[in-house]
Amino acid sequence: MTTPYTLVDWVLGDGAGWLARFIGAILVWAVPITGFVSFVGLLSIWLERKISAHIQCRLGPMEVGPHGALQTVADGVKLLAKEDIIPADADRILFAFAPMLAFAGTIVGFAVVPFGPGLIVADLDIGLFYLAAVGSLEAIGVIAAGWASNNKWSLFGSVRAATQVVSYEIPMGLAFVTIAALAGTLSMVGIVEQQQGWIANWFLFRNPFTWVAFIIYYIAALAECKRAPFDLPEAESELVSGFHTEYSGMRFAIFFLAEYAQMYVVSAVAAVLFLGGWYTGIAPLDAAIGGGTAGMVVGAGVIVTKSFLLVCVQMWLRWTLPRIRLDQMMYLCLKVLMPFGMLTLVGSTVWEHFLPSPAIVKDGGGWTGNTVMTGVVVAAIGTVALVAYVRSVIRATPSLRAASNS
Amino acid sequence: MDWSTIMWWVMAAVTVIPAVMIVLSKDIVRLAFWLLASLTGVAGLYILLGADFLGFTQVLVYIGGIMVLILFGIMMTNRDAVLMRRGETTGGAMLTGVVIAAATALALLKVVKDTKWKEAAPVEMPATTARVGEALLTDYVLPFELVSVLLLIVLCGAAYIARRRPEET
Repeated sequence: MTTPYTLVDWVLGDGAGWLARFIGAILVWAVPITGFVSFVGLLSIWLERKISAHIQCRLGPMEVGPHGALQTVADGVKLLAKEDIIPADADRILFAFAPMLAFAGTIVGFAVVPFGPGLIVADLDIGLFYLAAVGSLEAIGVIAAGWASNNKWSLFGSVRAATQVVSYEIPMGLAFVTIAALAGTLSMVGIVEQQQGWIANWFLFRNPFTWVAFIIYYIAALAECKRAPFDLPEAESELVSGFHTEYSGMRFAIFFLAEYAQMYVVSAVAAVLFLGGWYTGIAPLDAAIGGGTAGMVVGAGVIVTKSFLLVCVQMWLRWTLPRIRLDQMMYLCLKVLMPFGMLTLVGSTVWEHFLPSPAIVKDGGGWTGNTVMTGVVVAAIGTVALVAYVRSVIRATPSLRAASNS
Repeated sequence: MDWSTIMWWVMAAVTVIPAVMIVLSKDIVRLAFWLLASLTGVAGLYILLGADFLGFTQVLVYIGGIMVLILFGIMMTNRDAVLMRRGETTGGAMLTGVVIAAATALALLKVVKDTKWKEAAPVEMPATTARVGEALLTDYVLPFELVSVLLLIVLCGAAYIARRRPEET
């Protein structure tokens, strides 16, 4: 295994002992990443409040700081000061252990998420597989929380979480495999580097099937994060607040932080797999920036921006779509996403076999007849989907149905 | 002691201590979480041996899949009934268990002691994923496909058994 060049080596120089490297890794990676997760949490919670408020024609938090930007900090202080309540009949050890497991299970995902060229904790040879493997660790924390609370609402919430996460791992894995088959590697850095050059080189636009794979991945990611319309595990109107009903104060805050951290992780993975990672998609611009420190800074900015845009889309969906029922959730996974995921995998490989994309063009080519054809097919699928959507909306709305019949 | 030796001891402890706790624990949910720790330790040992793909397969299949399903199953049981099962192990069963465990341990220790171990120089481990993939799609494609078909049959069988019969509705 080639030892990748890492920040730890850069800071310590070669030949540092293992203890120095271990402490170095903690200082260089673990501490800043925990800080970054807190920052992501602060920013996303504020964004969620503002986005939800504006979608509902409200202002949202306005009092603390400019446009309420410091509201989350104030809430954090409040949560820290709150009494830590453990229900009398709860399993005390598991109750305390559950939020830690959920948070740790989320934060290990950051190990293979790149923050820019060279800015990755460990460019594992099996990065994508690692992500698929640790993706369900958070669910175990949620299950532990539901069981330890000794509360029926919590238990219902965690049983739903277990069903959902185990089911949606499969379509997500199929989307991963589609990209892995195209890229020929599981390394996150390797996958990003194949998308260098013009925007047409992004895996999203590689062929029409990857376009579908992206949608499948994003829906499955929403379900993995337990975000609306898949927020069945914490459905407020049915289960009080699901698996964290009994949690208060800091333990609740840790669950909350884990959720927002996971939203960032899945979005960053989407950016890496489909949206060109740290490349801007404009070949001359990337070439002008070049490598080195400038490339690192700009690359980090690009990938974090892309990830946050996708986080915002998750929020937009949450405040737009109603929650689906449990049976609809299983139907969507088993009868819609899975067959489409398998078709995507087969279709993508067949397409690449008969219409091979040119080898990755470093100097920014990549606009070929194949690209045009991909565009045509994607536009056709998009039109059909739009027509089907409008038809279903018309059918479901009595007043519109009457108007279209007359 | 170098880095890998220390990690080996850590992983061995993470595997063995929870395994002992599984035997001693009487609360079925705690037991499941000890199993989780033990399986994590085994995954760590695989990774230390250079089998990173196998290690993360262990995490994906056992921890992400089977452990979640075990916990799911436990939650379907009645909590009070589960807790009331505490302390049912009789002295005789305990004695038999200890004797069998001691005999097995002695036999294994004898094997370890009598075997002439070869000392090999540490080698740089090549990445395994690509080779696993190639092997599965070339030399071992038939067994791989057969196992896939077997799993598909199992899946269909499970769906058939779990299906609600028309007369039951």
